Amino acid sequence: MAPHAHVPLTVNGEPTEVAFAPYKTLLEVLREDLNLPGTKHGCELGECGACAVLLDGQPVLSCLVLGVDCDGRDVTTVEGLASDGRLHPLQETFADLGAAQCGYCTPGFLVTAKALLDEHPHPTRHQIREALSGVLCRCTGYQQIFEAVEAAIATTDSRLSTTDPRSCR
Amino acid sequence: MKVIGIPRRRVDGRAKVTGQTRFADDVALPRMVHCKLLRSTVPHARIVGIDASRARAHPGVHLVLTGADFPIPYGILPVSQDEHALAIDRVRFVGDPVAAVIARDELTAFEALDLIAVDYEPLRTFSGPDDSLEHDTPRIHDYGDAGNIHKLVSLRFGDVQAALSAADHVFDDTFFYEGNTHLPIEQHAAVAAKDPDGKLVLWSSTQTPHYVHRALAKALALPAAHVRVIATPNGGGFGGKSDPFNHEVVVCKAALLLDRPVKICLTREEVFYCHRGRHPVLMRFETGVKRDGTITGMRVQTVLDGGAYGSYGVASTFYTGALQTVTYHIPSYEFRGCRVFTNKPPCGPKRGHGTPQSRFGQEIQLDKIAERLALDPADLRLRIVEQPETLTANYLHVGTIGLTECIRRVTRAATWSERFRKLPPGRGVGLACSSYLSGAGLPIYWNDMPHSGVQLKLDRSGGVTAFCGATEIGQGSDDVLVACVAEVLGIDPSDIRAVTGDTDLTPVDLGSYSSRVTLMMGNAAIQAAERARDLLADAVSKKLSVPRDRLVFAERRVFDTEEPAVGVSFSEAVCLAETMFGTLGTTGSYTPPRSAARFKGGGVGPSPTYSYTAAIVEVDVDPSTGWIHVPRVWIAHDIGRSINPTLVRGQVEGSVYMALGEALMEEQTFRRLPPKLSHALVHKFPSMLEYKSPTTLDMPEVFTELVENPDPRGPFGAKEVGQGPLLPIMPAVANAIYDAVGVRIDEVPITPEKVLRALDAKAAGKPARVGPTRFPAVPWPAALEVPPPWEGGDGTAKVKSEKAKGKSEMRNVESEVARP
Repeated sequence: MAPHAHVPLTVNGEPTEVAFAPYKTLLEVLREDLNLPGTKHGCELGECGACAVLLDGQPVLSCLVLGVDCDGRDVTTVEGLASDGRLHPLQETFADLGAAQCGYCTPGFLVTAKALLDEHPHPTRHQIREALSGVLCRCTGYQQIFEAVEAAIATTDSRLSTTDPRSCR
Repeated sequence: MKVIGIPRRRVDGRAKVTGQTRFADDVALPRMVHCKLLRSTVPHARIVGIDASRARAHPGVHLVLTGADFPIPYGILPVSQDEHALAIDRVRFVGDPVAAVIARDELTAFEALDLIAVDYEPLRTFSGPDDSLEHDTPRIHDYGDAGNIHKLVSLRFGDVQAALSAADHVFDDTFFYEGNTHLPIEQHAAVAAKDPDGKLVLWSSTQTPHYVHRALAKALALPAAHVRVIATPNGGGFGGKSDPFNHEVVVCKAALLLDRPVKICLTREEVFYCHRGRHPVLMRFETGVKRDGTITGMRVQTVLDGGAYGSYGVASTFYTGALQTVTYHIPSYEFRGCRVFTNKPPCGPKRGHGTPQSRFGQEIQLDKIAERLALDPADLRLRIVEQPETLTANYLHVGTIGLTECIRRVTRAATWSERFRKLPPGRGVGLACSSYLSGAGLPIYWNDMPHSGVQLKLDRSGGVTAFCGATEIGQGSDDVLVACVAEVLGIDPSDIRAVTGDTDLTPVDLGSYSSRVTLMMGNAAIQAAERARDLLADAVSKKLSVPRDRLVFAERRVFDTEEPAVGVSFSEAVCLAETMFGTLGTTGSYTPPRSAARFKGGGVGPSPTYSYTAAIVEVDVDPSTGWIHVPRVWIAHDIGRSINPTLVRGQVEGSVYMALGEALMEEQTFRRLPPKLSHALVHKFPSMLEYKSPTTLDMPEVFTELVENPDPRGPFGAKEVGQGPLLPIMPAVANAIYDAVGVRIDEVPITPEKVLRALDAKAAGKPARVGPTRFPAVPWPAALEVPPPWEGGDGTAKVKSEKAKGKSEMRNVESEVARP
């Protein structure tokens, strides 16, 4: 077997170092070596978008990124969206509004939507559609996903204007 | 109602948005090894020999299995036990599993597959129904009704010929529905292990743990009590995870032999080979109508391309002819169905199971009828909607029917009368209706036991645990279970823990198929909860000296309805009851009512009640490119009552989505490799990139109306919603395209190329239609004659066929029999 690669990277805000076979994709490294199975796979060929994660804040398909290419970089997965015991507004609204049915594509949608809102805090419905078009969902028909993203924007806006913290449900 | 009918976060919502839902491929155990399957590269061949010696010697390989290790066949239906975990002496399609390698990791197992040499002796390939009907030999299977015909059905309810003769108009149309597949985002995965007692346990992405349990016990010759199947939450199912699968049997056998956990996760390509998806169906509808639109009689003929194995195919065949009568009044009805074997991945149940194909034909034909009779298509349907609480010609007992209200609501919402035939050229609207089962009335193997069971454990903490074999596939079955219990006991859904889909821990529920879970599990849950409530009420009544019937369970309290301040907390009520009765636990179960159909074949179609849907689709068609854009869909669904409206809406919109995929782009089709290669019949595009499905950019706006008219048979009045709303969309798209550009596309998918072809034909003065022009010659057997209820029939056939008398197999399948 080929010698393992040793790669330092930041995962969900925590600096870490991981050793893995050098042919492994970021998806495999996350699921198998970093014990982060929240990121899913639907094809392992870059076709479905389920495995999307944020790499330095940008959505990438983790099945198409080699683990060794993540040296020194910053990775955010679905496990890293909640903070300080609070779910991310997108997580709250996805759960509340039916945007997650089977939940298998949900991690991919959540991180992709987060990247969108980080860059454009007030996107139009069409911008939301475009930003999410690389992730496939077979359950929802997408409409409740769009509504959840829009509701999260409203939540974020109201959070910014109040100091009232919502507890993690 | 404090819980039922109120939009609410589903009970498993948090897990799904935090990545904590544990799907099958997330199961990882100490000492686990990995399995890969070698699949056939040829469509039809005898296996002359397999040499696995090099694979066995490969470093890191623990075990290689072949067909010889799996002598016992299995299959979902008792009448179609035609699968082996690994092919014994014959492969029947490209992708048929031949051997399995279990190795230290996936990569090693994958490498070792290349080291297995299989010697195939090719046999004639059957690529479609014409081949299979024309050539009896070689037979793909050594069973079935004739040659390569798996199943032939012929049923007649009344004198259809006379009814057609008495009609003012007879319409005779053929339609073709191309096959397509479920495409769940989760690839099938399974992990098998010996538990500490030495018993077998399987975690699997299955919709039907109970049936997998039975199949494993049979195929591995194990006592069923020593097998445990845990259905992990499915990452989408849609019917595609309803069969016992090769890979499940293989990893179980390997785990037993190695005494180590064995895992398999299929590749996306392999998921296309598992298939069990929509059957391609060629169909012919002959329908007689009076000038006012009244239907006098209907004859439906279908030919199904079944693929290489039986799967649910016998049931699928009956379903293509079962539900026509449930929507509209059809006084005489005839159905002939034929399923053939071909050398392609097996077809089976996909959302709507066998009914979307014929619904497509029926609803387009109604559009044609309306036009000929100069009736508005909505008005025509309103005239012929079946009456509620009646028995149809084919002995299906329909319960409440909200279809009239659905049509009214959807036409109002869409401003139908201002749009139909009035939009500018290139734009159009189409309407169609449908109905679907709220659960199959009969189980897959014949028995009189409950279809769903629920057990409750009441805890002194005030918590309740609900145990049920129902399987969470994303539709929200855990949420329905919890909601029903919470409503009856007056506690919050968050106070309840659901333990589901585990054949060791939970009572049997038959599985997530046929839209049965809400109605059947819901009723069982209510019964269990009411029994628990009675125990608590006895104890509280004694403690407070308040008559039992004055006690109310609400807001986590049990109190006197006349004096609400007098009461106890729910947890105190549990303590009182535990003091009085000892350890608390209750059960509930549900068995569907007995069907009125008592003829052979009457087992498919009965349901406790049916849901109804009406939909209007708007299209924009570019006449220069044929490009079809769907901007809006209006849909009204007769739900009976919503348990959780958020999830109901999700099922409706998800159905619209999946239906638009089927209508416009999805197709599971095949091609021949070039002769200089193997000339093998292969899947045209077993990848998600090329198997097109709608993206966020393709999805129209959907306006959903829920028609709530509680059905007394449903839990709190609820009917199904998971499948029915898919059905009207495909024909509504076809009807809208006719409204937009005046061409009939009598097949799906409706592609730009077909629209252009029809427009060209129209311009050349030829029939403005694309669709099948012939129906094959099928050796139909003599029809089983069953007089309809209004002709004095009692649900039995006039003359019992020889076959029905003699064959006990017929008693063993949902699809074949009525209850004796």
